[in-house]
Amino acid sequence: MANNLGYEFKKGLWQELPPFRLVLGLCPTLAVTNSAVNGLAMGMATIFVLFTSNILISLVRRTISSQVRIPAYVVIIATLVTVADLFLAAVFPAISKSLGPYIPLIVVNCIILGRAEAFAQKNSILPTAADTLGIGIGFILSLTLMGTIREILGFGSIFGVKLLGSWFEPWIVMILPAGAFLVFGGLVALVNWISSRKTEKAAEAAMSR
Amino acid sequence: MNNIVKMFLNLVVIGALSGVILSGVFGVADPMIKANKEKELKEAIFVVLPGAKDFKVLEKTVGQEKLIVYKGIDENGAPVGVAFKADGGGFQGNIGLMVGLDTSYLKLKAVEVLEQLETPGLGDRIREEAFKDQFKGLEVKPKVEYIKYRKPEKPNQIQAITGATISSEAVVKNINRAVEKVVANFPAEEITRAEAAPEKVAPKESGNGK
Repeated sequence: MANNLGYEFKKGLWQELPPFRLVLGLCPTLAVTNSAVNGLAMGMATIFVLFTSNILISLVRRTISSQVRIPAYVVIIATLVTVADLFLAAVFPAISKSLGPYIPLIVVNCIILGRAEAFAQKNSILPTAADTLGIGIGFILSLTLMGTIREILGFGSIFGVKLLGSWFEPWIVMILPAGAFLVFGGLVALVNWISSRKTEKAAEAAMSR
Repeated sequence: MNNIVKMFLNLVVIGALSGVILSGVFGVADPMIKANKEKELKEAIFVVLPGAKDFKVLEKTVGQEKLIVYKGIDENGAPVGVAFKADGGGFQGNIGLMVGLDTSYLKLKAVEVLEQLETPGLGDRIREEAFKDQFKGLEVKPKVEYIKYRKPEKPNQIQAITGATISSEAVVKNINRAVEKVVANFPAEEITRAEAAPEKVAPKESGNGK
């Protein structure tokens, strides 16, 4: 059981890393990662909604009749997103301002409904918690990495701290939408290259045995 | 039949619960959000009216529109200028400004950007001090103008940000439109009239609201 939980958690960090491996949740991945702190904040808001909504869905999975499960899940998710939106606006107005309309759009983030359909509605609370935490942390790390790369190249800073001196001419394109696609494409290629080398090595090891 | 009742109950219960949760959270969060907005507005008023210690709110309804100006007064109650909001479309969305005008309606005191959705790195440089500083002491008669690529020559001109002419132009247009409305609807004697001195409170440090 413990092993199983460990697996459910770990798969979100590499094997099913949402944006780069599953290619899910691209709207926030491309739209809000123009600085590291925005990526991190978006990831945090998403993991909150992902975790709580999937736990709730896992709890009620036997009571909800399957014909109305999608509207029921969407209402649960939308409620939690609104809670997160109000919380950010009340406590962190600056972050809420810079993320703007992308917080309400978490409702339609396909990672959340995807996990609900693929996992939470078939599993009990503990595996669901492990699964969503893994996927959520993978998502936070991915967004923060995207934001960090774009911020370094586009502003010469990281988390708002100046990193590169005045000799550095910022690549403004990196913080514009085009930069999101460039960085995203590069990272997908990198992740695929690493994983294909891994499979090759595993195949070689199997052959020589 | 049973299944229909179950489906019905599922959705009703979930909908009702989420309504209860939302109204609870909203009840707590709404006053905080309003307080944040108000604090931001107040800070901006003191930024665009340097020397002001307090302000009076003047309201007027013109046709459908409600005009609000904030009359800044110093510690003796003497007016130092008026601040008002100037909203209007920018390159991608609304640009909301707070504008400070002197009591003789001739020169701007300062401009602060409250909200904007301009392109990061280009249009959003209207928030930079270098751009905003150009409005300090700028003449508003006959109207504010912008020029490109070179230093302003007349006392009513600013230099547009290279690569963000549309955003710069939108700022200038918003200011002109708002100044015109305020000048037309608030006679000068209302603005120059002294007010009661503000109650003694700890001097407000107007942090640069960023």
